[in-house]
Amino acid sequence: MSQPDPSFIRLQGISKHFGDFVAVDNVDLDIGRGELFSILGGSGCGKTTLLRMLAGFETPTAGRIEIDGVDVTTVPPYERPVNMMFQSYAVFPHMSVEKNIAYGLRKERAPAAQIAKRVDEMLELVQLADFRRRKPVQLSGGQQQRVALARALIKRPKVLLLDEPLAALDKKLREHTQFELMNIQDELGITFVVVTHDQEEAMTLSSRIAVMHKGRFLQVGKPKEIYEYPCNRFVADFIGTINTFEGTVTAVDDDGIAIESTDAGTSITALGQHDVAVGKPACIAVRPEKVFIGRDEPSDSSDIRMRGVVDDLAYLGNLSLYRVRLASGKIILVSQQNRQRSAERYVEWEDEIWVSWRPRSSIVLVEDR
Amino acid sequence: MELLGRRDLWWRRLIVAIPYLWLFVFFALPFLIILKISLADPIMARPPFSETVSADNFIFLLNDKLYAITYLRSIVLAAAATVLCLLLGFPMAYGIARSTPAVRSFLLLLIVLPFWISFLLRVYAWMGLLNNYGVVNNLLIWLGVIDQPLQIMYTDFAIFLGLTYSYLPFMILPLYATLERMDLDLVDAALDLGASRTAAFWDITWPLARPGVVAGCLLVFIPAMGEYVIPYLLGGPEAMMIGRVLFDEFYFNRDWPLASAVAIMLLVILVVPIVFLQRNQAREAESAA
Ligand SMILES: Nc1ncnc2c1ncn2[C@@H]1O[C@H](COP(=O)(O)OP(=O)(O)OP(=O)(O)O)[C@@H](O)[C@H]1O
Ligand SMILES: [Mg+2]
Repeated sequence: MSQPDPSFIRLQGISKHFGDFVAVDNVDLDIGRGELFSILGGSGCGKTTLLRMLAGFETPTAGRIEIDGVDVTTVPPYERPVNMMFQSYAVFPHMSVEKNIAYGLRKERAPAAQIAKRVDEMLELVQLADFRRRKPVQLSGGQQQRVALARALIKRPKVLLLDEPLAALDKKLREHTQFELMNIQDELGITFVVVTHDQEEAMTLSSRIAVMHKGRFLQVGKPKEIYEYPCNRFVADFIGTINTFEGTVTAVDDDGIAIESTDAGTSITALGQHDVAVGKPACIAVRPEKVFIGRDEPSDSSDIRMRGVVDDLAYLGNLSLYRVRLASGKIILVSQQNRQRSAERYVEWEDEIWVSWRPRSSIVLVEDR
Repeated sequence: MELLGRRDLWWRRLIVAIPYLWLFVFFALPFLIILKISLADPIMARPPFSETVSADNFIFLLNDKLYAITYLRSIVLAAAATVLCLLLGFPMAYGIARSTPAVRSFLLLLIVLPFWISFLLRVYAWMGLLNNYGVVNNLLIWLGVIDQPLQIMYTDFAIFLGLTYSYLPFMILPLYATLERMDLDLVDAALDLGASRTAAFWDITWPLARPGVVAGCLLVFIPAMGEYVIPYLLGGPEAMMIGRVLFDEFYFNRDWPLASAVAIMLLVILVVPIVFLQRNQAREAESAA
């Protein structure tokens, strides 16, 4: 792979206003060479707008964009070392598959022999060699998407932008294509910037993720960091499922904090240093898979422990999901791996059970800024 | 496969038959009547044509240079008006298709607004604009561009202006319909792949707008070709277009057979390019499917 270069793409204070509306709000971002970077966020949060500024279709209202050390803020799209795969694929309907793929090189006035060779390579890469003379209307959605990918890759751009590349595919094909994309990215060493609103997709694909909300980045980090250490409630909620407990801070020291939660009717502890003060409200959260469920009282007294009743359970094969109702009426979600095969399920509906988790699994969430 | 009952089949045939019946009664039948008249001789009677059958009228048409010239003039004027309509109409349609919905419906309203005023009145208005003491000449003299009024009225140029003005909406509307449907990402994709704005236009926008261009051109060219009112009001007495010849033969000379022959010839001249274009489009559609 290419040498690391942590600020291959550099966005500095990028904003985009449409009239009074702020679509992208003062975004700073560095993306390294060869990264597969995802921008994750809900509908309308400004993902496409940000990508279109990288491609050159929109000029930022403020800020500066650098790619590979060159300021491209005002460079038109046809002069940027960047290609884009559109949310709608935008495959040219009046051109055959091979004409579509060749288009970028044609515009570069590359020699015919070279074009032919590269088109063959690309057709091979996306496995469309048998379809080269077809028109887009004769292709399935997944095949059109591969045409769009090949067309965007043929110029060997420094950066490939992908706007919801897999949104239109069914689950099976999506999973398959995710790995194909990762392979291609690995093979070519091109920097990928992928926009998606599917958190699972972002987790699977990316080396790093930026979580976007209302035109701002809330958190940027590796998938694991974002999942295990979400910086605020929105991120925690957006990525995966989470149980949250509101409460009042009762103790703060160098090792951790404790809150008295009215939701849980008990004290909940979390490790690490946090910016909270005794007597102030705070929120502690825990992921469903970090919670243990059992009939017997957990022995380790440092664990956070609560009593509850199994409200609902779902057996998913590899996992079992439980909805547990606490004495306060609060529902918490627990997921447990089915490691052993048992004739009867260990925990059943309406069973009185204990739920518990280790303090180091607790996540302290600050308010959304 | 007896999926369709007899009754359903019957209904289907009936539904398909209706448009054909319509075309037969209002197109084929009149055409056959005109064809029959065109093969007759004019007589002083009522109706003013004989029961005989001969190709005399067509032979006369083909041998008289005046008719050939008039057909040619009509083709040239209609074609010139079509080209100008396309040049004016394309950017207008493009602009409308790319504007925000509120502005768009307002602009479309402006395009169809002239239809609320009688066609005849609008052509009369052009006489007021173009005559020697009309608005255009007065303005030019006032601006000091000219000191003698220009003879615009009663020239082919006036006909050309009139045709372009009258048929412009028929160019804009089908063009707008195709451009409005076009996915804007396609142009962005072309730009992204290294095409300049001009290249993206010719590579993407223009070929995809072709069906609209063809429809618009036919909608302008065909009626412009047979136009009668505009050459009659704006053109000079010698500046004949075929629609006017047709009317004069029919109305003043009461030569119904010759007028019919003129009409049949006009139809032939128009049908040939249309069939050609449709073949072309059908072939394109086939290669796409
Ligand atoms: N050209 C424009 N003019 C005005 N507002 C715009 C324009 N383009 C985008 N917006 C607004 O900016 C916001 C962000 O749009 P954007 O397309 O970036 O969202 P997105 O995150 O890609 O959403 P989605 O997941 O639905 O594709 C939206 O509220 C949208 O209405
Ligand atoms: Mg989008």
